[in-house]
Amino acid sequence: MNNHSVGIVQRQTFTFAEKEPMRLDSGEMLGPVTLAYETYGRLNAERSNAILICHALSGDSHVAGYYSAEDQSPGWWDECVGPGKAFDTERYFVICSNVIGGCQGSTGPGTINPQTGDPYGLRFPVITIGDMVRAQRHLIDHLGIERLLAVAGGSMGGMQVLQWAASYPERVRAALPIATTARHSPMLIAFGEVGRQAVYADPNWQGGDYYAGPRPAAGLAVARMVGHITYLSEQSMHHKFGRRLQARQRFGYDFGADFAVEGYLRHKGSRFTERFDANSYLYVTKAMDYFDLANGNGSLAAAFSQSKGIAYLVVSFTSDWLYPPYHSKELVSALTAAGADVTYCNLESTWGHDAFLLEVETMTGLVSNFLERVEKTVR
Amino acid sequence: MTITTIRPDLLAIAELIRPAETVLDLGCGDGSLLRCLIDTRRVTGRGVELSQEGVLACVEKGVSVRQGDLHEGLGDYPDGAFDTVILSDTIPYLNDPAFVIREMLRAGRRAIVSFPNWGHWRCRWDFLRRGRAPVTPGLPQPWDAAPRARPLTMADFEDFCVRNGFHIASRVCLRGGRRLDCRYAANLRAEGVIFELK
Repeated sequence: MNNHSVGIVQRQTFTFAEKEPMRLDSGEMLGPVTLAYETYGRLNAERSNAILICHALSGDSHVAGYYSAEDQSPGWWDECVGPGKAFDTERYFVICSNVIGGCQGSTGPGTINPQTGDPYGLRFPVITIGDMVRAQRHLIDHLGIERLLAVAGGSMGGMQVLQWAASYPERVRAALPIATTARHSPMLIAFGEVGRQAVYADPNWQGGDYYAGPRPAAGLAVARMVGHITYLSEQSMHHKFGRRLQARQRFGYDFGADFAVEGYLRHKGSRFTERFDANSYLYVTKAMDYFDLANGNGSLAAAFSQSKGIAYLVVSFTSDWLYPPYHSKELVSALTAAGADVTYCNLESTWGHDAFLLEVETMTGLVSNFLERVEKTVR
Repeated sequence: MTITTIRPDLLAIAELIRPAETVLDLGCGDGSLLRCLIDTRRVTGRGVELSQEGVLACVEKGVSVRQGDLHEGLGDYPDGAFDTVILSDTIPYLNDPAFVIREMLRAGRRAIVSFPNWGHWRCRWDFLRRGRAPVTPGLPQPWDAAPRARPLTMADFEDFCVRNGFHIASRVCLRGGRRLDCRYAANLRAEGVIFELK
């Protein structure tokens, strides 16, 4: 553990919608709803320094720090959240919660349905990014925060950021949507569907009712492998793996993992199945596919019509082909048309979509400078 | 930042801005002009800048900036969204200056355009005597430096405004950062020039 870590942190839970269930975008009702969340830093007396960080598809509430002194792996954005980091926990009170539909402590398809005593499985209602954000708003109410200083997140986290700005503009002072989109493109939906088909094809999946038996790990691993390819760039794959062989000097002329890239994908795929629930993968990817802020609002600019009081920092990365810069540019155009205060930066990077987690130095300067300006206008 | 550290030509532009205006600065570079306008005129400022280096410097100065090409994103700004739209030392780099200035006058109530004047007598003398492409003090880079700049003179710009129907409301001539009387042989004497268009 280094000096710039938030140190040892604890996951907390908050349960709501116990008496009156929460109405979802699909029209279904869900309750009770539990959110797993973590906080870092201290909420000031004015309650004006809170920043909500939203996680991506495979993330969770554990954004920074460690769970114990022996814990070797810090939270998923530890390089950007902590004392003196991009989201400086000496200045800001940082909150991160696991999305509903997830599998890291929040209510999802693996949760026991209180009405039946069995896990929901596919009887869990389909959720949307809007539902995730609605649930987070209950948590923010519970924490007694009237207005968030900022909402920030990359990839699916960025979609939640945009949803916050569109749904609750008066509750947000600044929005940082990073490497994201305001509407899932057909290509993104296609990748989502390939991942889901891999899960359906696993005989262990059993229509989602596998919690008493073996898990559909093989299918979920394939879904994750496809995902990992989309997070890299051709250039970063050349750099990371090239055509290097792994653990052998020459081709095996068999179907073992010859190439380093194969070994990487197999490793990432199987590691993922240890911590992630296949049904959650279905629900969360489906939520991303449904995401389209223009739909239901008439246009993207209309979705942000109440955005004048929000300062935006939109960031894309040149080599990100999953959420290419043109997605961010469309977003910036709509925000500009809506008269919002928008700062946009298309950062040079060779790391593909993963750049939002890897370009730490540039992101640190950009985010901390931007937040400093926002903070001044609040004081 | 104090006023004294601001480049004199930027200060001359600042003198044309009224307090609390809304200002859009196209090709805003590192955000120095906008920072100066925010500090001294309390403007609400927005910038557009092509380079990542410039954009990061703007954010560091607390300036709201959008990375992009002027030929692409200007259409996003609603009509009359700004009191003033500024194009400072950027016109020599534009492929379609008429389009950009039309957009400036649509998105703003007025446009301020400044550029180094290649019509200055020293540029002409250098060209005549040495047979080399002229270099102005305002843009002291060789012809092959990137990004490539296309020289223009005060007279060129005035012809261009007539051709495109842009009304010149006022002009400020500068030499060594000081204002010059524009009435006599301005195109020979001015090193830099600021036009206010409506």
